[in-house]
Amino acid sequence: MKTKMKILTALAMPAMLLAGTAQAQSGGTLAAVKERGRMVCGASQGTPGFGAPDDNGYWRGLDVETCRAVAVAVLGDMDAVDFVPLSGQQRIPALQTGEVDMLPRTMTWTLQRDANGINFTTPNYYEYTGFMMPKSLGISEVEGMTGATVCVQTGSTTELVVNDVSTKHDLDLSPVVFDNTSAARQAFFSGRCDALITDAGALASVRASMADNPDDYIIFPATPYADALTPAVRQGDDQWMDIVTWSIQALIAAENFGITQANVDEMLESDDPRIRRFLGTDPGNGAALGLSEDFAYQIVKALGNYGEVFERNVGMDSPLKLERGYNALYSDGGVMFPLAFQ
Amino acid sequence: MLRTLWYSDRLRSLVAQVALLGGLVGLLFWLGNNTASNLAERGIRTGLDFLSRPARFPISESVIRYDPSDSFLWAFAVGIGNTLWLSFLTIVLATLGGLLLALARLSGHPLLTRLGRSYVTLFRNIPLIVQLLFFYGIATSVFPAPRDALNPVPGVFLSLRGVYAPALEIAPGGGLFLVLCGLSLVGVALALRSRHLRGRHMPRALRLVLGVAGWAGFCVALWAAMERPIGLDLPELTGLNFRGGTYLSPEFAAVLIGLVLYTSAFTGEIIRGGIEAIARGQWEAGRALGLSERHIMFRIILPQALRVIVPPMTSQYLSTVKNTTLAVAVGYPELGLIVNTVTNQTGQALESILIMLAVFLTISLSVSALMNLYNARIALVER
Repeated sequence: MKTKMKILTALAMPAMLLAGTAQAQSGGTLAAVKERGRMVCGASQGTPGFGAPDDNGYWRGLDVETCRAVAVAVLGDMDAVDFVPLSGQQRIPALQTGEVDMLPRTMTWTLQRDANGINFTTPNYYEYTGFMMPKSLGISEVEGMTGATVCVQTGSTTELVVNDVSTKHDLDLSPVVFDNTSAARQAFFSGRCDALITDAGALASVRASMADNPDDYIIFPATPYADALTPAVRQGDDQWMDIVTWSIQALIAAENFGITQANVDEMLESDDPRIRRFLGTDPGNGAALGLSEDFAYQIVKALGNYGEVFERNVGMDSPLKLERGYNALYSDGGVMFPLAFQ
Repeated sequence: MLRTLWYSDRLRSLVAQVALLGGLVGLLFWLGNNTASNLAERGIRTGLDFLSRPARFPISESVIRYDPSDSFLWAFAVGIGNTLWLSFLTIVLATLGGLLLALARLSGHPLLTRLGRSYVTLFRNIPLIVQLLFFYGIATSVFPAPRDALNPVPGVFLSLRGVYAPALEIAPGGGLFLVLCGLSLVGVALALRSRHLRGRHMPRALRLVLGVAGWAGFCVALWAAMERPIGLDLPELTGLNFRGGTYLSPEFAAVLIGLVLYTSAFTGEIIRGGIEAIARGQWEAGRALGLSERHIMFRIILPQALRVIVPPMTSQYLSTVKNTTLAVAVGYPELGLIVNTVTNQTGQALESILIMLAVFLTISLSVSALMNLYNARIALVER
């Protein structure tokens, strides 16, 4: 698998050199996807809960289902998706060169990335950067970490966080930087490092899937700031960006309307004009995006609403057991805010 | 006239070459142009102005001093420093290792020969990256946590964090002390070799012991007289980790050990091949003159074998420099890892990769030039 990915990055360069300027992909991603009959999404190299194949090789996770939602909207089939595992460093070139159509891969929305050739759609997960440490060290907050060795993986914003935290609290942290996600994790569990730093959700995933006894490890915030993990698309294709944005929004809006996978058929009979427009009973939305009128209905029918997706993959119904926290709807004290489907 | 030109070999080959060159330049121009417009269309920032911005990311260890507030350019320099340091150590150690291995295989001693052969088979046939991961796995699993670090000699600690050993602490005047001490050693050595002393009837071993003792006494006296200009900085466990002393990280150790063992298998075979290429008659002639085997090997065979050894050795050194990029797998921050990180932080992949290409080309061409120079010097000079 490693070799395959190296080849992928290697291919990105010549692709940039040789690709014709009038390439179809930079314009009509929608047309390209429809013609292909399949979508291609960038995925993680294995972060259970967010994106990883299960025992049968079927991809599961919050990011994976975000991609499936778009596939349902565009192709009407949540399984018409190919997932390409990408390292943190490969993911952006892979999107820019047309290797993948969409990049839902626990990526923080930052100004530098946004200004440098990709477009962010709408956040599908809010998150803080955290440290994971063995409880046996008796440390539960950043201030106590003086002199700690921290395993870091490249290709993430966490590299910068380590430095910021170390400077801010004068901690003299010594980072050990790895090119590859699993190497960083193995080094942490072997005891090479005192702490592992990455998104708290990913830490919970690592703890649930790799620790001998998950209760031996503690996760605490590295900074007081939260980040928005946001699926991204290529620059220069506004229609595709709208489609991805509103497919993700459909999950969130459905939860706000109280529409679930179970009751979505009944909801078609609803008298609420907003719900009628949302589900496409009253037409308009689908045509505006270049999709079928019932795309939101199809998404909820296939995957459920955001709350259901969350609980199934990272919440209480999953090994990760994450609280909704920031990711609750605004009406429940979170920051997930549904936009107007009209 | 035209007819003559048409059939002129020189003109024909000139036209063909101009056409080829023109085509090549045109192709490069087309590629460059295409790339630039593709990058512009996708809104990817280009140019080298990012090099002066602060890097902000951490580098775990470096030969050159580095701080996250340094520029991206400096981060590249730090990566180059690490790559050069790793390449240099590997080449030196693997050449020595290869020599020993070749001598073992040629020794005629059944055990040594077979050990040598198994070594080559084993290390040459396992992919380097697998070996690196193996040694890294060992380095991060056999040793205890820092709190229970092994302490074989006072001041030396072995743990999962690597090896901590005492460091020399040089106070003002330390440089002068080292110079004086070094000069006195040279003086003692010269005195020991002088005819005057050799003439006396004193056993060689005794002379040596007296000389070394005298030199050591002088240095200690000087050290005390200069108010201890050099001390030892002992590592100490504070908080979660050791502080002070010198430090060998598991990443560097794994990469160095892996590269040296792997490369030695190749250099060993190159040296053995070179030695075996020298005609048997040279050995026989040496023996006929009554020279010892050691003398024949180092005075007659090896100098001639070098002519055979140096060209393939050059290729091997070049491969070794390039192999250092595999260190990325175990987290040693050589140039490749730094380039990866910079690419990710700035999004300017093309520039970063081009810088890496240029650096490796420069290193490889320099190694190659040095080796060619050496090759010219040892080549058979016909008079």
